Amino acid sequence: MIFLTLFWTFFKIGLFTFGGGYAMLPLIEQQVLANRWMSLESLVNFVAVSESTPGPFAINIATYVGTETAGFAGALCATLGVVTPSFLVILVVARCYLAFQNNRVVKGCMRGLRPATVGLIGGAVVTIGLAVLCGGNPAAAVTTPAFWCSLVIFAGCLVLAFRKAHPLLLVACSAAAGVALGYCGAWG
Amino acid sequence: MSEPSVKSNPRATCKMLWTLFSVFFQIGAFTFGGGYAMIPLIQRETAEKRSLVPPEQILDIVAIAESTPGPIAINAATFIGCRCAGAPGALAATFGVVLPSFCIIFVLSFFLRRLMQFAAVRYAFAGIRAGVLALVCRAFFNMYRQCPKGSVSYFVGAAALGLSAFTGLNVLWIVAASALLGLLFSLLPHQKKEG
Repeated sequence: MIFLTLFWTFFKIGLFTFGGGYAMLPLIEQQVLANRWMSLESLVNFVAVSESTPGPFAINIATYVGTETAGFAGALCATLGVVTPSFLVILVVARCYLAFQNNRVVKGCMRGLRPATVGLIGGAVVTIGLAVLCGGNPAAAVTTPAFWCSLVIFAGCLVLAFRKAHPLLLVACSAAAGVALGYCGAWG
Repeated sequence: MSEPSVKSNPRATCKMLWTLFSVFFQIGAFTFGGGYAMIPLIQRETAEKRSLVPPEQILDIVAIAESTPGPIAINAATFIGCRCAGAPGALAATFGVVLPSFCIIFVLSFFLRRLMQFAAVRYAFAGIRAGVLALVCRAFFNMYRQCPKGSVSYFVGAAALGLSAFTGLNVLWIVAASALLGLLFSLLPHQKKEG
């Protein structure tokens, strides 16, 4: 039963995400949290792991969630689930892609889907931001050193990110800062 | 758009399938970050080094990978595989691009939880989470810049942001509704320019 749930959940994620990488994050966040497969914290951890290992984020997260919940067979089901919609759709589209590209319905749908993807990632910034910086409790967080340390690391990384630093460099820098601050007792 | 003719010759077919698998295996094994990071590599390996795809088709492939559901890397692999050798080619290329990730993460997942027992690793991840937030912010701004602007776009984008951040509404519905909304607006007769 868990195998079917894994397959079906990741099938939906594959079917409803347009644009790769972080565009998948909002949907994965909601589905994975709803099924209680991971906490938001470990999901954010895994984004960094995925940035530091080769391969598409969608495949990495599907394999990870599958393995964690139901071992090898689970990983297989989840990964198969996230790949299948792409595979079937492209198999059809590849045969008539010129017609597909110029299709008015496709263009119309994309007109709504592209800004929606941006908005959804914006939503992920809000939910992940609240979780990472405030630990889910914004009012109490401001008084803790963890909040201020996270904020400083975030600000530093933001500067790096907008100077087009490689994600791996960013992960390495924030890890180093995290360890240094951790031994000063910042994370409590 | 000439497809390499491999239909009648089983040896040539096998060779083509192997090429597709191995090329996409390399692409899957050596690109960090996936998706857009893979496109330059796909271009180099399939169009420049080998003539699996005509170079001028790469842009079309990216456009299609973006406007069909699913991860860009998978879409591009399936598309190129399909153009080169039909459904078996699509299978070979997709299998190739997925396999490295799958193996690496499968093995890694056994260590990850054990690693979290060490205080230093937990501290590192506390810092990393703040770094990831910056990465998600960058993705947000990059996608915002690339997105066609206009009142419809701003409305759909703002609605998607608000609904997904502050209500428990299923993201699937937000995606479906925005596609429908975009379609309805594009069918309105008055507009001329895009976005």
